[in-house]
Amino acid sequence: MPSNTRPDQQHFVAPIDETPLVAIDSVKADGKPSNLWRDAWADVRKRPMFWISAALILLVVIVALFPGWFTQVAPNNDCQLSNSNGGPTAGHPLGFTKQGCDIYSRIIHGTSTSLSVGLIVTFLIAFLGIVFGAISGFYGGWLDAVLSRIGDIFFSIPYILAAVVVMSVLSRYANVWVISLAIGAFAWPATARVLRAEILRVKNADFVMAATALGVSRFRILLRHVLPNSIAPVIVITTISLASAIVAEATLSFLGVGLPTSTMSWGNDISAAQHDLRTAPQTLILPSIALSVTVLSFIMLGEVVRDALDPKARAQR
Amino acid sequence: MAGYIVRRVLQAIPVLLGTTFLIYFMVFAMPGDPIVGLFGEKTPPPAVLEQLRERYNLDQPFIIQYFIFLGNIFRGDLGVSFSGQPVVEILAQTFPVTLRLAFLSTVFLMVGGIAAGLVSGLRKGGIFDASALVVSLIFISLPIFVVGFVGQFVFGIQLGWFRTTVGSGAPWSDLVLPAIVLATGSFAQIVRLTRASVIETESQDFVRTAASKGLSRNRIVPVHILRNSLIPVVTYLGVDFGVLMVGAVVTEGIFNVPGVGRTVYQAIIRGENPTVVAFVTVMVLIYLVVNLLIDLFYAVLDPRIRYAK
Repeated sequence: MPSNTRPDQQHFVAPIDETPLVAIDSVKADGKPSNLWRDAWADVRKRPMFWISAALILLVVIVALFPGWFTQVAPNNDCQLSNSNGGPTAGHPLGFTKQGCDIYSRIIHGTSTSLSVGLIVTFLIAFLGIVFGAISGFYGGWLDAVLSRIGDIFFSIPYILAAVVVMSVLSRYANVWVISLAIGAFAWPATARVLRAEILRVKNADFVMAATALGVSRFRILLRHVLPNSIAPVIVITTISLASAIVAEATLSFLGVGLPTSTMSWGNDISAAQHDLRTAPQTLILPSIALSVTVLSFIMLGEVVRDALDPKARAQR
Repeated sequence: MAGYIVRRVLQAIPVLLGTTFLIYFMVFAMPGDPIVGLFGEKTPPPAVLEQLRERYNLDQPFIIQYFIFLGNIFRGDLGVSFSGQPVVEILAQTFPVTLRLAFLSTVFLMVGGIAAGLVSGLRKGGIFDASALVVSLIFISLPIFVVGFVGQFVFGIQLGWFRTTVGSGAPWSDLVLPAIVLATGSFAQIVRLTRASVIETESQDFVRTAASKGLSRNRIVPVHILRNSLIPVVTYLGVDFGVLMVGAVVTEGIFNVPGVGRTVYQAIIRGENPTVVAFVTVMVLIYLVVNLLIDLFYAVLDPRIRYAK
């Protein structure tokens, strides 16, 4: 073997016996297999923002499920007009609304409304988005053309404006389900678009071809191979849409086309307090804080999940 | 380019038909008498009912009703508000005010958001970047009506820097606070988009080439990095226009700005649903046209869009 080094040249490359190849290419054969979800969990676990948002969300869920643990004061029945816009007193830590109701109790009891709307809308968006996105991405052709155009039409109407129209017409039937349907029916195309794009990318992967070669049916390939590998962006977008749905409900209630005033809702309370901003700002600001903190916790969770599931976002951190 | 414009305009037509049909369907194909339904719990005077029935041709089959409605829109006939004023006339009065508000808000948004995003992106991981992230998270979480009321309370009532409501004629100085409030709705998105785009552009070869040519940082940042980072931000303005319109309804309602948004807001509050429907239809049409224009503008900026199928 001819030597390429001049006699006086020092080693630029280490001799083979100094760096055993095993050390470079070593594979931990007994280690757990890594995948997107395990990596994501390892990443998420290290971030304080995840634990803060998880703790806040847990608190919100507990408050929504068991309001009785937090307050004994009835939000609607114990109201006395003599307390109108009053400050804090013993047993009523946050003072009173214009109608003389306990603000703290109303905030506690309004939690479940916001959370229910958020959850129902999110399920609706995920369901419609996955069905439309998966079918149009995976099967393509005329089905894709038709479904994508339908999505375009729904996408072209800002969903709060659409919900304003729906809720104006259905104002007599307004409740948590109707308002969630009104928001969700127009908010799904974004999810469908994201999933469709991801499926277009995944469906040409080798493992899909392998499954086809093994004779797995098309539907089963979609369900077992393509969908699990393209669902990550959908999870990110649905976490964030939970926050948007809560804001949408509050905005509609604020505009007066949301939930009936008899329903406990932060949006309704903020709307009712708007005319007393000068004299009793706390009646408006306290429910606003509850609303914003809840939204913030879901937004933060969405951020963390996005960073964990999207390597590009992780690189930019 | 001409081919692209034609294709893009043709694509917009089915969407235009679809959206107007959808709005019409939502209102007039609901169970029960749609005219009575439009008024919710209120009972309108019989004369108004009669006039609306006549206007919307409820004796015709649904699909015919829709085409009459569509024909009316294209002839510029959007109906009459409850006060008897044609909707088109109200639009002509209020639209310039909203346009000024939107313009001012977009200026604040672009200047503030792009500056913050640029600094964050250039000093990735620094203190400014970290605080910009926190501030943008908070802005995303605050519904626009909360920002509006808090702004009105702090800057209007407590500090007295601005008038709490907009005076007659809506002078520019009165529009500053509402415009800032309106801008907060999309501020976070602009900051993040700019930041991500700047980080990506900064690692491109042409930036390294410029640096190795010996160009100063003062030239590289605005000319090489910023300009090339702006394309996704400009496109986002189209999506953002929807946020802006919903925001305008809320902001103009809170600050009493005499624009299109306040007209919608008041019509909603008063339960004048036919007016709401007419205005929402107009807003959706404007939204579609603006997005079409932005798409075309984008094609001017980026030739790849023109040639892609």
